[in-house]
Amino acid sequence: MAEIKKIATRESYGNALVELGKKYDNLYVLDADLAAATKTNIFRKVFPERHIDCGIAESNMMGVAAGLSTTGIVPFVSTFAMFASGRAYEQVRNSIGYPHLNVKIGATHAGISVGEDGATHQCNEDIALMRTIPGMVVINPSDDAEARAAVEAAYKYDGPVYMRFGRLAVPVFNDNPDYKFEIGKGVVLREGKDVSIIATGLCVSASLEAADKLAEFGISAEVVNIHTIKPLDEALIVEEAKKTRKIVTVEEHSVIGGLGGAVAETLSEKCPTEMLRIGIKDLYGESGKAVDLLKKYGLDFEGIFSSVKEFVKR
Amino acid sequence: MDDLNLKRIALKIREGIIDGVYSAKAGHPGGSLSAADLFAYLYFEEMNIDPKNPQDPDRDRFVLSKGHTAPGLYAALAHRGYFPVDDLKTLRHLGSYLQGHPDMKCTPGVDMSSGSLGQGISAAVGMALGAKLTGRNFRVYTLLGDGEVQEGQVWEAAMFASHRKLDNLVVIVDNNGLQIDGKIEDVCSPYPIDKKFEAFNFHVINVENGNDFGQLRKAFSEAKSVKGKPTAIVMKTLKGLGVSYMEGSIDWHGKAPNDEEYAVAKQDLKKAGDILG
Repeated sequence: MAEIKKIATRESYGNALVELGKKYDNLYVLDADLAAATKTNIFRKVFPERHIDCGIAESNMMGVAAGLSTTGIVPFVSTFAMFASGRAYEQVRNSIGYPHLNVKIGATHAGISVGEDGATHQCNEDIALMRTIPGMVVINPSDDAEARAAVEAAYKYDGPVYMRFGRLAVPVFNDNPDYKFEIGKGVVLREGKDVSIIATGLCVSASLEAADKLAEFGISAEVVNIHTIKPLDEALIVEEAKKTRKIVTVEEHSVIGGLGGAVAETLSEKCPTEMLRIGIKDLYGESGKAVDLLKKYGLDFEGIFSSVKEFVKR
Repeated sequence: MDDLNLKRIALKIREGIIDGVYSAKAGHPGGSLSAADLFAYLYFEEMNIDPKNPQDPDRDRFVLSKGHTAPGLYAALAHRGYFPVDDLKTLRHLGSYLQGHPDMKCTPGVDMSSGSLGQGISAAVGMALGAKLTGRNFRVYTLLGDGEVQEGQVWEAAMFASHRKLDNLVVIVDNNGLQIDGKIEDVCSPYPIDKKFEAFNFHVINVENGNDFGQLRKAFSEAKSVKGKPTAIVMKTLKGLGVSYMEGSIDWHGKAPNDEEYAVAKQDLKKAGDILG
């Protein structure tokens, strides 16, 4: 078997910015002294005059982006998810969200797969924070192909978009000619009848792997990729609930308020269904290798496999 | 416009503030009144704007970073012709386009939504940078409260603005000396405000009386001649100016007059109008 290609979606972000930058000269990139980490340095190398380093001042950076967007510039604001959604939450809400300005937020280093930096930098709350902002689009791509497509879709969309990218290199599985990205449209990746695994971000490929192993145990799992948490593909979620009657959500994010929260909100009103939310369980992360952390917190394919197996059996 | 006519406009703005806040039974008259002369100067003298074309990409911009003094901004916009003066009475009412704090999405002439202190200046900085990047010549003005400069974001924005040499940006600080909890030097002193902006590499102009059009004119024309750095105009003003019992009073930061108080305020303003002739 050929080695599966792995790319971190932060890298996809940097590469996509360069491609879009060639096409659109009103695309500017803002960073807060993290260009090497967020990978906007790839863009800076090609378009130094369109890369604006704001220094270590994320709150101001969000406001500057808001102001820039009123002059016809499309700013892609880049920093770690912790600072984009956490430190600058109120600037994003009041200076970008409330006036519905055309600002794109590229938030890298989301989730515990940040690894060694530990809990202060592992943001497991950003999806919850960002999706409560009216009019904000929230996208959590699952691999390189999807991340690049998401950046282009964000540019073409008129309004604020929050994009979540990871530090860890993850398998590329969407790189096929039929792949199409549409904001707000979930993708059924695998058909099944016993349970629907609704996953997002780097948990999608792990869920596909888990589904393979579940099949060995006679459990037929459907796998759905929800790359857009907001607006949520509610029709597809309800369809899944009606089809398998068992819903599992999987995300590298708190089980509170993220994909699991969003799906539970939808189903409790539109099609009450037995659910399991796999994610970070209302606690902080810690230092360690990304893969070891994903394993410890039950987000590798084996962890997902055993949680789903137990859930289906009960 | 000559000083006498600017004074007449400022008086109308003050009436608009009092009418709006009285009608809303809420709002911030004190800091609106201290900045009324500045609003008059900017909208009737300084800024290159056209009420018939409020989205002109080449227009000058104004960001009311101290967004709670929206009644003053609204009165200036109304008298400048952006919307009917009569609508000032809908301030803060359900369904009105005159929100408690400025909303660029629904109020003609408002260049940025603001109100959460410290944020407006960053947006103004972004606009000024946008002018430079897109090769446009417009200027950007932003008004901050003297209490507002306690917000850390103000200094993030100031650092960035001077680093980017934004000489098309004018930051104005309304130094009326009072904030909700007391005198600014008692609550958490931001003084010396001028030295702080100087340290952040701004060209700083101190205005002894920010309620005097001659002094405002001198400061703003000096600001226009500055190259390679942003300007900060720190202007001393009197909070509540124009309404006898509000002047210099901490009580009128965020409170509406009752019927009797409203009558006195209107009388004060009428007297001032009679003197102007």
